[in-house]
Amino acid sequence: MLLERLIRFFTSLRLTVVLLVLSLLLVFAGTLGEVHLGLYKAQTEFFRSFFIYWHPGNGSGKIPVFPGGYLLGLALLVNLVAAHVSRFNLTRDKIGLWIIHAGLILLILGQLATDMFAVESQMHLREGQMKNYSESDRMDELAVSDITDPKLETVVAIPERLLAKKGDIRNDQLPFIVRVKEFYPNSVLTTNAAPGYARVNATAGLGPTLWWEQVPRETAMDRRDVPSALIEIVTPQDSAGTWLASEWLEQPQTFTVNGHTYSFQLRPERYYLPFSLRLLRFHHDVYQGTDIPKNFSSQLLLNRPDTGERRQVLIYMNNPLRYDGRTFYQASFDQDNEGTVLQVVKNPGWLTPYLACILIATGMVVQFLSHLVPFLRRRRS
Amino acid sequence: MNKIIPWVVAAVFAAWVLSTLHEPPEPGFHTRDFGRLPALLNGRVQPLDSVARSTLLQIRERQSVGDLGATAWLMETMMNPDAADKLNVFRIDNFELLNMLQLPEAQKYYSFSQIQPHLDDLTREAQRANDVEDANRTAFQRQLLKLDNALDIYQRLKLSLCPPGTTDFAGQLAAYEQAIPAGVAAAQAQEAKKTFDQAALNRLLDFLSSYNDLAKYAYPLMVPPPTDAKSRADWQNVGQNLMSVVHGNDFSPAVKDYAAMVTAYNQNQPAAFNQALDDYRQWLGQWFAPEARHGIQEFFFNDFAPFYKAMIIYVTAFLLAVIALLTFALMPKTSEVLRQSAFWLVVLGGIIHTFGLVFRMWLEGRPPVTNLYSSAIFIGWGCVILGIILERVFAVGLGSAVASFAGFVTLIIAHNLSMDGDTMEMLRAVLDTNFWLATHVVVVTLGYASTFMAGLLGVTYVLLGLFTPLLKYKSGNLELGKVLAKMTYGIVCFAALFSFTGTVLGGIWADQSWGRFWGWDPKENGALIIVLWNAAILHARWGGMIRERGLMNMVIFGNIVTSWSWFGVNMLGIGLHSYGFMAAAFWWLLAFVLSQISLIGLGMLPTGMWRSFRSSAQSGTSDPSVSKTAPKTHPA
Repeated sequence: MLLERLIRFFTSLRLTVVLLVLSLLLVFAGTLGEVHLGLYKAQTEFFRSFFIYWHPGNGSGKIPVFPGGYLLGLALLVNLVAAHVSRFNLTRDKIGLWIIHAGLILLILGQLATDMFAVESQMHLREGQMKNYSESDRMDELAVSDITDPKLETVVAIPERLLAKKGDIRNDQLPFIVRVKEFYPNSVLTTNAAPGYARVNATAGLGPTLWWEQVPRETAMDRRDVPSALIEIVTPQDSAGTWLASEWLEQPQTFTVNGHTYSFQLRPERYYLPFSLRLLRFHHDVYQGTDIPKNFSSQLLLNRPDTGERRQVLIYMNNPLRYDGRTFYQASFDQDNEGTVLQVVKNPGWLTPYLACILIATGMVVQFLSHLVPFLRRRRS
Repeated sequence: MNKIIPWVVAAVFAAWVLSTLHEPPEPGFHTRDFGRLPALLNGRVQPLDSVARSTLLQIRERQSVGDLGATAWLMETMMNPDAADKLNVFRIDNFELLNMLQLPEAQKYYSFSQIQPHLDDLTREAQRANDVEDANRTAFQRQLLKLDNALDIYQRLKLSLCPPGTTDFAGQLAAYEQAIPAGVAAAQAQEAKKTFDQAALNRLLDFLSSYNDLAKYAYPLMVPPPTDAKSRADWQNVGQNLMSVVHGNDFSPAVKDYAAMVTAYNQNQPAAFNQALDDYRQWLGQWFAPEARHGIQEFFFNDFAPFYKAMIIYVTAFLLAVIALLTFALMPKTSEVLRQSAFWLVVLGGIIHTFGLVFRMWLEGRPPVTNLYSSAIFIGWGCVILGIILERVFAVGLGSAVASFAGFVTLIIAHNLSMDGDTMEMLRAVLDTNFWLATHVVVVTLGYASTFMAGLLGVTYVLLGLFTPLLKYKSGNLELGKVLAKMTYGIVCFAALFSFTGTVLGGIWADQSWGRFWGWDPKENGALIIVLWNAAILHARWGGMIRERGLMNMVIFGNIVTSWSWFGVNMLGIGLHSYGFMAAAFWWLLAFVLSQISLIGLGMLPTGMWRSFRSSAQSGTSDPSVSKTAPKTHPA
């Protein structure tokens, strides 16, 4: 009895309509949210979540107020599959619907896979520069390297989310503890006292000469957070000083423990590639007599040591480089037109929307024709 | 007789349209030929007529200055700026701005001479407003920046042909040419620290300093590239050409001919002016035939104004269709004549609309939709085509009414969107791909069009049902209400198909270009909302959750959804797709949304209050039979 009612609930068209309308409201609210929260944060809160929470007051309590993207997607999926299993017969006039819905299922699953597995990063290259890694445009890492041996460098990268928890960070490769005393996800630094800034409580390195301030997280699309942290290097014996690590500081700082020299730097999280790209030329053409961009293009040299592959590639608008499971596309450029920013996307599920699209389009045409043809025939007779 | 009238009506309008193609000979200055001359502006070759019109739209929101046509105004501004300064060309509506400039509030348009005394104040305040972020600007600041921009364009336009105060430009150029050898010799001598002729040098420097202003500030580039230039896009302005003469380059024949035109214009000698104009056209024909031809074609397009004509025809058709609907029962024969007249007018309007659309595509070498302006034109076109098909299938006048209304309104919207200036602007790098413009953009825009069309049918249903008994009247075997419901359902299916396919194609474009199928960009979200809503309507109907009235109320809500996606998201000012903030449009959008909500409210009134349903409930089967005059529609 209960089971029957449950089945009836999950297979009902009424549920479909309710879910579609809720999705519509979610997308609308999410779009408005993007204005205030920025594209990334709004996506996390509205679309990549099971619930949208309301945070009353300043407290840590949160109350779910609306289903999030994951929940609605999941519910639609269940509804769709359940309806097909229990209600639909594979008859001739339903074939179109079957194909459409199969495509939809593929589309939703594919997007879920993209959401979980796709990695987006950026590669900023000046003309002549070469890199074999791309960098996260959002997350940072604290890279601690043993540089005692100039030929061999071992790097331990501590991701931002660990730093944000503060506390002690241990790693087998490091003979010391990295104690995070303070972490600002977005910060500004200055070299002299200014209103709002506090003295950096460091004992070594550049820190003691600087003032810092925590600032709100960035919401604009074209700017990123610049985090800073106060860390202490704690050795079993005593302390190797309290240091300021900040993405604002472009050069690594060094310290010595047990006769080994270490350098550390807070920098954008890196994703290493099995090949390198060198920027040969960047072009930025405008229409005559205007500053309307006509084209951006990056001439690059691709070099892959393990296969010996070495060739020039050209990336421009609407013409990305697809290589080694990654897509490199022209995303931005430097003001002086001598540097380029490539967006690097690694998405194992990239093919699913294509297949889904073909399925759905076919289904729609089949369904449309299977109604239109009899209708026209009736009219003619 | 009744069969002929619709044809006569259509023929009269067709004759009117064709009659405007005839061009009578122009006495005096050949302004129209001048308007056909090519120049380079906004990165594209266009006739001076287009330069004049788009400039006037930006500063005056009209394409003429009273009786003065756009090109005639441009000639006055470029050749006799002192006189042009006295013309009322700047539209100012904001009272705060008028007070700041100490201008009388009674006027709508103001002249440069009136504004000039307060130019410094204006520039200073405009700079201040410029530092404010776009979304935070007040109405005053927005108007101020708009006027500042208009003044900037205007002053640059004045410096596009000859230096200020020049009347005999041809004579001046001859003097300049003479001054060059001695001046250059003096400059070289000075460089080599020898004795030099100071007077000769000064004479040359005087010329150069005024030409330097032209080179720096000119608005359109008037001078075609040298005939041996590498690129045909390397147009120059007059100042650049004049400056380059010192370095041993030749005067461009264009500059010489334009100079002769300026002189003749100021001496009021039409014959000499027309002669110089003809000389220049001949030279263009020899070296720059494609550019000259493009100028002539685009001038024809501007002058013929197909969208304006289509608009007038649509209005007429709409009135006829409405009268036909209202007289449906009382005077079936008259109604049928009116219905057919309306239909053929919609077809005529549609032909002219299509002609304009295709001509624009041909001029631009682009698919139909490249910006917001052309999306309005295309949405209107899509609605008109759908309406014509509906009218062919269900010959009851509803298709024509809805088609003509949609055509008219979208062309009005397009006209208002054209105030931003050049509607054939060059495409930014990301958009520079005809393949995706032709597939994704076209399909998704058709999705918008059909969703609007369904919404419009819904509005028709509610209005007819509430205020007239028409929904219960029979046309053939079907009640009008049922016909409307069938139409609407069909269009919603169409809308779902197009909006979904268009959205997915957009995703594929994004994946091809950026490796990301879906990015939750506001414009993408807008399209997704339309898909979701159409899907919701279809499922609600299939599940029996809604019937006729429910369907109608849902499709009216579709209007809100679509207008949000079309305009609303652009007002958010974020994301790759945004076209900039549009303050005035925001209030229109709000008004539209409120109107649609009230229509839904009306649609939800109990059926007892509906004229159509009340009358049938009271009088049973007393529906007047009109099946003899109305053509047969298919049996249910």
